[in-house]
Amino acid sequence: MAKVLVVTSGKGGVGKTTSTAALGAALATSGKKVVLVDFDVGLRNLDLVMGAERRVVYDLINVVQGDAKLAQALIRDKRVPALHLLPASQTRDKDALTDEGVARVIAELREKFDWVICDSPAGIERGATLAMRHADVAIIVTNPEVSSVRDSDRIIGLLDSKTEKAEKGERVEKHLLLTRFDAARAGRGEMLNVEDVLEILSIPLLGIIPESFEVLRASNLGSPVTLNNPASAPARAYFDAAKRLNGEALDMTIPSDRKGLFGMLFGRRAA
Amino acid sequence: MKLLEFFKRPRTAPVARERLQILLAHERAVSGKSDLIAILQEEIMAVIAKHFPVDQDGIKIKMERGEVVSTLEVEIEIPTPMCPSFPLPAKPAPTEPACAAAAEAAEAET
Repeated sequence: MAKVLVVTSGKGGVGKTTSTAALGAALATSGKKVVLVDFDVGLRNLDLVMGAERRVVYDLINVVQGDAKLAQALIRDKRVPALHLLPASQTRDKDALTDEGVARVIAELREKFDWVICDSPAGIERGATLAMRHADVAIIVTNPEVSSVRDSDRIIGLLDSKTEKAEKGERVEKHLLLTRFDAARAGRGEMLNVEDVLEILSIPLLGIIPESFEVLRASNLGSPVTLNNPASAPARAYFDAAKRLNGEALDMTIPSDRKGLFGMLFGRRAA
Repeated sequence: MKLLEFFKRPRTAPVARERLQILLAHERAVSGKSDLIAILQEEIMAVIAKHFPVDQDGIKIKMERGEVVSTLEVEIEIPTPMCPSFPLPAKPAPTEPACAAAAEAAEAET
C-alpha cells in the first residue's frame, strides 16, 4: 500500500528539500520504491540537491496538463535505482497546477511506488496546500528557533483542516523532524531543547538531525547526505528517521561526529 | 561575583519557550474562532427551529472585533406568513422627527 508523505514547515530554509532528499534516498536504499515530487513551482531546487539538474526534460506541470506522460518526466537516480524524481517547473507559476491534475498524478504515482514524497514550498499559500492535499503522512521540519516553531504550529493547523483526509474526518499522521539541532547549545540553555519543542507542538518526534557541515558538503556535490556520507551524524539520524517511517521502534538518539561521543540517549521512542 | 556572571552567558532558551507558549495559545484561539461561529450558528438554529420554520441559509452570523467593544451580529430570516403578529410599539420611531428636522433645515437653506 503506497503512502503519500508531505515534507512541510511553513518557514523557508529549515531543511525541507535536504530532508526530502536524505529521507527519500534512505528509504530507497532500504528496498522501497520511492518518488520525490517537487511542488516548489518556480523555485525548484530538489533537482539540484539530488544532482539531477541537467537531466530535467519534462516536469510536474507538463504531466498535470497532459503535455507529457508520467514515465517521460520521471528521472531515475543513477546511484539508487529505486529512487525517482519528478521535478517542478522553473518557468511556470503555481496556478498552472490544477487540483484535479495533481490528484490524478498522485493517484498514478501511488500505483507505481511505495513512498510518494512531496517536497512542499515554504509558506501557507496554494503551493503548500496543494503539496499537503493528498498526504497520508506529514513530516513537519522544524529548527529549534522561535519563528520556525511558530510557523510549524500554523502548518499543523492547516494539516488538520485543509487536507483531503481532514475533510473526510480522518487524520493525517504527523511527525516532527527537528533539524539543525546543537545538543551542546541546547544543554547550555542557549537553544530550545527537544522537550521544549515537543511540548509546544505536541506531535510525535521522528528524528533529531544534528547541525553539521556534512549537509552543506552533500548539497554542494548534488548528493543526498545519506548517500554522500552514510556514516556521518546527520546521515545516521536520517536513516533512523526512515526506519521509524517504516514502522520500526528505535531509541531516540542524537548522533554526533565528535570523537568519543556516541550521541545522547533520550529514552524516548517515536510514536 | 561579577566575574562569574561575565563568563556565564544568560540562558535565553527559557525566554524563547515562554514567549512561544503565550503567543501560540493566543494564535490557536484566534484561528479557532471561525469554528466558534459555526457552532453558534448551529446552536442558535436549533433554538429558533423549535418555534419557527427557518432554513440553514436563513441565519447570518458576523463577528466584528473593535478596539474597545466587539459585536456579534445575528440576522435571522423568517418567512412572513410564519411570523406571528406582535402588537407594534405605540410611540413613533425616534428617527422620524430627526429626519423631518433635517429636511426642514435643508429647505430653509435653499
